[in-house]
Amino acid sequence: MANALLIDYEYCTGCHACEVSCKKEKNLARGQWGIKILTDGPRELPDDKWEFNNIPMPTSLCDLCAERLESGKDPSCVHNCPANCMQFGTVEEMSKEVAKKGNRVIFVPVV
Amino acid sequence: MAEKDYFAEHRGQFQWEDGDYTVTRTTVWSGPGCHDGCGVLYYTKDGKLEKVEGDPDCAYNQGTLCMRCLEMPEVVNNPRRPSKPLKRAGERGEDKWDEITWDEAYDIIEAKVREIWRDYAPESIACMIGTGRANCWQIPYMCYSAFGSPNFCLGFLSGESCFQPRSAAMASMSGDFFIADCSQQFESRYDEENTEWRCPELIINWGCNAVESNSDNFYGGWIVDCMQRGSKMITVDPSLTWLASRSEIWLRLRPGTDGALAMAMLNVMIKEDIYDHDFVEKWCYGFDELAERVKEWTPARAAEICWVDEADIVAAARMYAGAKNAAMQWGLPIDQAVMGIPTAQALNALWALTGNIDNPGGNIVIRNAFDQNVSYNYGYNNLPAEVQAKRIGAEYPLMSKAGFSSTAHSDSILQAIETGKPYPIRMLWLTSTNPIANMASDAPRVYRALKTLDFVVVNDLFLTPTAVAFADLFLPAAMSPERDMQRVWWVPLRGMKKVCQYGECKSDDTIVTEIGKRLHPENFPWNNDQEWTDNILRTETPGYDGGYHELVERDIWVYPGFQYYKHEKGLLRADGQPGFSTPSGRIELWNTVFSLWGYDPLPDWAEPSNSPYSSPELYEKYPFVLTTGARHIEFFHSEHRQPELTSRELYPDPCFEMSPKSAADLDIKEGDWCWLENHRGRCRQKLRINPTLDDRVVRADHGWWFPEKDAAEPSLYGVFDSNINNLLPQCENGVTGYGAPYKNQLCKVYKCTEENSKEMPSICVSTKDGYSKAMDESNGDVKVGAIYNG
Repeated sequence: MANALLIDYEYCTGCHACEVSCKKEKNLARGQWGIKILTDGPRELPDDKWEFNNIPMPTSLCDLCAERLESGKDPSCVHNCPANCMQFGTVEEMSKEVAKKGNRVIFVPVV
Repeated sequence: MAEKDYFAEHRGQFQWEDGDYTVTRTTVWSGPGCHDGCGVLYYTKDGKLEKVEGDPDCAYNQGTLCMRCLEMPEVVNNPRRPSKPLKRAGERGEDKWDEITWDEAYDIIEAKVREIWRDYAPESIACMIGTGRANCWQIPYMCYSAFGSPNFCLGFLSGESCFQPRSAAMASMSGDFFIADCSQQFESRYDEENTEWRCPELIINWGCNAVESNSDNFYGGWIVDCMQRGSKMITVDPSLTWLASRSEIWLRLRPGTDGALAMAMLNVMIKEDIYDHDFVEKWCYGFDELAERVKEWTPARAAEICWVDEADIVAAARMYAGAKNAAMQWGLPIDQAVMGIPTAQALNALWALTGNIDNPGGNIVIRNAFDQNVSYNYGYNNLPAEVQAKRIGAEYPLMSKAGFSSTAHSDSILQAIETGKPYPIRMLWLTSTNPIANMASDAPRVYRALKTLDFVVVNDLFLTPTAVAFADLFLPAAMSPERDMQRVWWVPLRGMKKVCQYGECKSDDTIVTEIGKRLHPENFPWNNDQEWTDNILRTETPGYDGGYHELVERDIWVYPGFQYYKHEKGLLRADGQPGFSTPSGRIELWNTVFSLWGYDPLPDWAEPSNSPYSSPELYEKYPFVLTTGARHIEFFHSEHRQPELTSRELYPDPCFEMSPKSAADLDIKEGDWCWLENHRGRCRQKLRINPTLDDRVVRADHGWWFPEKDAAEPSLYGVFDSNINNLLPQCENGVTGYGAPYKNQLCKVYKCTEENSKEMPSICVSTKDGYSKAMDESNGDVKVGAIYNG
């Protein structure tokens, strides 16, 4: 069973911790990222509210921290996320989890 | 998930081997980095720091970590770091240095100090630090107990306006300090079963973007944790922060009007009779006087002042008063206004009127773990009373005499350097502070003043513009993973274990001890950092049962017990009676101590001196309200500017923000370099369009310098080119000495062209004595516009 990354984008503050922890874990060069935050907004909505969302998107360099998993650690982005808005598990587990509330997305970077 | 759980296997261990790595479980404290003190796992190999991650066992950050600690190896191993003491070889500002030994450096320092003692007096030496650093007791201790001077303060921070006004207001009004309750005082976090903590129904982010700033020992992630547990939010901020986007109500106030908004919320609560009668009757003093004062502060009046909808002010007051429990997390804009103290009084009154005082999920009374009060006044009692009385700024009792985070008054020290009154300041010691890039609100003025000193020591992580411009001696400072020490700010008590060494860098503790032993050995009975830490733990930390080794290897962090409603239980007053530690035993909405000192005992608000309403003639020329200093997660003040850092990769240039309409009106586009200018001076930053701003507001970055540019003058790492503090005044403070208008100025904006960029600010300041300069004898401030005319 493949593994998945669940992002609750209601709570992603866009703080870059996932990007930087991944860069350090993978020792990536300047300009390279294993996960990158995509931002939509801030944009005013018709009802006076604002649309403003961040989603950390795994890149092709993401292997869900295979080496860390091997030693019994969680992926570095999930581990360090200050907003606790990322979860990791099997696709099956995350599929159940994702339905528990809105504004969530699952990524399956590798199968 | 994998069946193996690495972190569970190592639970309780402080150090272990992991392949080629040694892993150490400890905590951090700035620098580099912020005021928090998160639990970390350091991965070192062959004595070098290679990786940092959040410690899942530490209740403070619960395994998480922000990008500044995650990139720490880039800072610690940065090739630009000086590794030996440096003695100035050329003129100040030429960036010519000789490497010397520590003993040679100490010889020079000792000789200079004795010279000042002989030719002037000990108080002619001033010592300054950056905000919230690990050195917040070492450098004060050296100032008082080695140099014998009462003149310690932060690095030309005008009006001491970073948390100190808020803490002085809290302490004088309520006898204690209050923080928003996100369960951080319990090792068992967010635990409604085993602790009395309850999630706040409402969190008010008042001028604090905690998820970027992590300010004042408050980790921003805690707010998100509470949101996930049901907290609703109100945000008070001129810009739509991420937290504002998640808020029920966003109050987009005009910068500098926080006090007016708070007064109007008090007005609504009293007028609509929705305040907590029970709490006010039992525990507050001066309610009638407060009610009378806020009567005129109608929401309609505040709406006009604050540029906020009247209905939103009323809704916010109702929501706050109606919440079962509500916590307010407040920030720097309170301090960074001339009306800082009265504004803090108004916000304290809001907590009191809603009964959110030491209740679960409200604003709790917090003291340092194990009553350890080793801070800005550590060692002050080693000074004779007659020397204490000479502290510069002694005429401000709330600041210098009352003991509320008391320090000397930075602005008055600047004036003493300039005028020799009340006596000359001839030597300056700066540790981990870079005033001309950061704290000094009138950077060109401070630049000119510091050039006149006899002797300047700069002790920092890197050669900064401040070091190059002024230092006669530069001492390279150890960083967090290179120090053995302890730290308390509220809770927990934390230990720090040294895991690496860079060149010959030394910790603040070591430097202070080695200098202290030469000048006043009787005050320095310890021989190294571990022994000093031991001394603090065993003599200044009652109730903790260990020393250095127990803290660092056995405990790492320790949470003391915590009780709510301490005022009801007789736990706050020295006499053991119920109530608060104030003269009346109550929260003093009408402040008795202020009244004795001749200050207004009630909260209030007044226009900033430079504003659309108080200086319409200036507003006509400078048609934007300028706010500065909003935090970015990539930086801690002027730190993290080295071009090798991921911080600079993510945030390469200084930016200012304005609305799309205002940018279009000025025909400027996203990414354009523009001049921000007013009657004091100008600087250039890049435009970032912010669709959430009021068209009349501009927000500008602070703290910028460019380590990749020339160090030598006139460049000084380009420190004045993008320095928003070319546009700000110094020595404009509240009547208490506290507060300064960093966040409420005026400016105009125009695009940089080749024609108008011929004379860059760095050249103007460092070669032509440029920008606001002449003194106005009537108020001791710089004469507005005397030199700079665009």
